[in-house]
Amino acid sequence: MAKVLVVTSGKGGVGKTTTSAALGAALAQLGQNVVVVDFDVGLRNLDLIMGAERRVVYDLVNVVQGDAKLAQALIRDKRVESLSLLPASQTRDKDALTPEGVERVVGELREKFDWIVCDSPAGIERGATLAMRHADIAVVVTNPEVSSVRDSDRIIGLLDSKTARAEAGDKIEKHLLLTRYDAGRAARGEMLKVDDVLEILAIPLLGIIPDSEEVLRASNLGCPVTLHNPASAPARAYADAARRLMGETIEIVVPIERKGLMSRLFGRSVA
Amino acid sequence: MALIVAPEPPLAPWLAALDEQIARSRQFFVDRPVVVNLAAVQDQVGAPLEFLEHLTTRGLNIIGVEGIDRAVLEGSRWAQAWVLGATSRDRLVLVPDDPPPADAPEPVPETEPPAQTHLIVERPVRSGQSIIFEAGDVTVLGSVASGAEIIAGGSIHIYGALRGRAVAGVQGNQAARIFCRRLFAELLAIDGLYRTAEHWGEGLHGRPAQAWLDGESVRLAALE
Repeated sequence: MAKVLVVTSGKGGVGKTTTSAALGAALAQLGQNVVVVDFDVGLRNLDLIMGAERRVVYDLVNVVQGDAKLAQALIRDKRVESLSLLPASQTRDKDALTPEGVERVVGELREKFDWIVCDSPAGIERGATLAMRHADIAVVVTNPEVSSVRDSDRIIGLLDSKTARAEAGDKIEKHLLLTRYDAGRAARGEMLKVDDVLEILAIPLLGIIPDSEEVLRASNLGCPVTLHNPASAPARAYADAARRLMGETIEIVVPIERKGLMSRLFGRSVA
Repeated sequence: MALIVAPEPPLAPWLAALDEQIARSRQFFVDRPVVVNLAAVQDQVGAPLEFLEHLTTRGLNIIGVEGIDRAVLEGSRWAQAWVLGATSRDRLVLVPDDPPPADAPEPVPETEPPAQTHLIVERPVRSGQSIIFEAGDVTVLGSVASGAEIIAGGSIHIYGALRGRAVAGVQGNQAARIFCRRLFAELLAIDGLYRTAEHWGEGLHGRPAQAWLDGESVRLAALE
């Protein structure tokens, strides 16, 4: 049974695209058949993060509008065989996506893949609502700061009202992924605490991704962080999050800085 | 005793005032027989019939029309309601406001299901969402997020944290209050009077608190 997962946040720049690539790759490494779909029409980035920017011929808009077949637009990853990308168009805008077209494409993807990871654009307009429209699961990407938390709260409200599942009276599974978590700043009280964010958003925590140079390095090289340096802290956090999505129970650890050693982790259970 | 309703031009503000009165005194108008005196508007072409329609759509039970030439009503459904001359008008009636719902729930006709006077919200109210319930109290079991709002005709009870706005007593209920388990609100309002967070300062921040109306000001106090 295929699962449609939307990576969303409301706010821009919190790490949706990085997360889509990293989670998609991690799920593929677990043997799942995965496609990551870029819904950010007009401002596409996922192809860069995945290192596929020179291989894009057709895109999501072409398929939605019936100008290309799905198989023509899908780009298979060169590192992990079971990972594919459906890129967005850079030259069009979000109005080029139609609800009927998106529904048809998502339906076709469901037949081919185990996981359809939809990388949502920022905002709450057409692009974002169409990206979440057919989701079964939502990963809400949030930074530990107030504006990101409030925007995430807004998005959770939309997930509970505007998705196809919500309109049919079904529940949509929602998970919180805290990204750019800086242990040093947390220790100095310069960021919201994990418990504060969980208390405000009131959805289960999928993982905490530490703020790390590794993420930037991997992005610049066009490689999901989970593939680029699997031993790094963010890669391990994403890999654990992917296992939790698969139903495994893995304890969540909050990164703690101590004596300047960022990499030292101390076990701690969170809600 | 029939109630005499006598409109004064211009009609639009008069009707708006009537709407307000009906909203505040719904109980008073239920099944109350009404005689309409159209003397003040009889010279305006079309106005008398239009006005009668306006009253009907507001649910008033019109039993008679007076103060107007019978010919104006001819052919309309009001022809039978015409009354010769004017009925005696020996005293003005003070239309009483409904009692606050907490003291006496509105009596409802037996044929209708009881009107809902209390709304219970069992999940958190998210940023950008509005819960609007003018018929009575609202209880929220979760939290109300920053950028969310609750608008109630009666009181508001929040068992989680209140981070957004709570607007109570919107239809002129001065007895309405706001209660919350943890106060981080952006704005509190009762019967049109409001306070923003900077007014109450840090002392109540995060504490269980209530807000009520004391004359012309919103008062806040911890619930401990």
